[in-house]
Amino acid sequence: MVKRIVTGAHYGLLDWLVQRVTAVVMAIYILLVIALLLFFSPHEYADWKAIFANQWIRIVSFLFFVSLCWHAWIGIRNILMDYIHETGVRLTIQVLVIFSLFFYAVWAIEIIWV
Amino acid sequence: MRFSIYRYDPDKDEKPYMQEYDIELEPADKMLLDALIRIKIVDDSLSLRRSCREGVCGSDGMNINGRNGLACITPISGLKEPVELRPLPGLPVIRDLIVDMTQFFRQYHSIKPYLINNDPPPETERLQSPEERAELDGVYECVLCACCSTACPSFWWNPDKFVGPAGLLQAYRFLADSRDQATAERLDNLEDPYRLFRCHSIMNCVDTCPKELNPTKAINKIKAMMVKRTI
Repeated sequence: MVKRIVTGAHYGLLDWLVQRVTAVVMAIYILLVIALLLFFSPHEYADWKAIFANQWIRIVSFLFFVSLCWHAWIGIRNILMDYIHETGVRLTIQVLVIFSLFFYAVWAIEIIWV
Repeated sequence: MRFSIYRYDPDKDEKPYMQEYDIELEPADKMLLDALIRIKIVDDSLSLRRSCREGVCGSDGMNINGRNGLACITPISGLKEPVELRPLPGLPVIRDLIVDMTQFFRQYHSIKPYLINNDPPPETERLQSPEERAELDGVYECVLCACCSTACPSFWWNPDKFVGPAGLLQAYRFLADSRDQATAERLDNLEDPYRLFRCHSIMNCVDTCPKELNPTKAINKIKAMMVKRTI
C-alpha cells in the first residue's frame, strides 16, 4: 500500500459536540445527586432503594450512564489516535473499548432496574 | 551576560549539546537578537535565522528559557541568566537554532491561504464595510513564525495531520473574509478528527504568540461556523 497521509474524513464535528453535551448532562446529574444526598441523607441500603424506586430517578441515572459511556468513548478514542499508530492494533483496541462500554451500559440497566 | 545555547551540526556532532557563552553587552543591545549577533562576532559557527529584526518577518522564532518567542522583540532585561536558547520544539533541527519548517508550511498551504473569489475582478478593489474589515483584526497579523504550532502538543504528536494553531488561524482569516467565496469548501476541508479537532483548547498557542494573537478563539469560531451549518 502507498504511504500517504490520509486526512479529510469529513466528520468530527458530531463527536466534538456530543462530548460537550454529555459533559453538561453529567454535570447536571452530579448536582442532582448532591441535592438528593442533602435532601434525603440516605444512610442505609433501604434509603438508597427508596430513592431509586422513583422511575424518573432511574431514567435520569441511565441517561447519565449513557452520557458517561459516550463521553468516555470519544475521549479514549482521541487518546488512541495520538498514541497507537498501527491501524490494526488501534482498531482492535477501539472495538474492545466499545464492547466494554456497551457492557457497562447494560450492567447499569441491571443495577438500576433489576 | 551568560547564555546556554543548543548546538548541533549533524555533519560533525554525534548528538546535540549545550554551549555556554559569557559575553559583554553594549548599551545599545536591547533585544535578545542583539545579544545573539554579538555572540556571532565571537563564534561565527552559531547558526540562526533572522532578517527584519523587528518582529515582522517571523524568522528568529526560538525557545527562550522554556518559552517560544521571537528573539528580536524579546527584551534582554527581563531574561533570567543563563539564558537558555533552544530551537523551536517538535520540528527537525537542521543546525543549531535552525529548524526544518517544511511540515509547518505544508499545513499552512493545505488551508489554501489565499482569497478565493470566482467573480470577475472589479475595476478598482473589492470593497468591504468597516464591520466586515473589523472581523479580520486579530487574525491577519500572523507572521508565521511557528512559535504557536511548535508549542502545541497536538502538533508535536500529529504534525502531518493536525493543521496546528497557525494554520487554523489563517484558515479562519479567509473564512472570515467577506470577499471570499469558498466558505463551504474550506469548512469541508477542515472537518476532520485530525485537521481541526485535534485542538483541545489548551491555549499554549495564545500563551506563546509573540504578536499576542488568539488562535484558540479563531479555532472556536471555525467550530461555531461548523455547528451553525450542521444543526
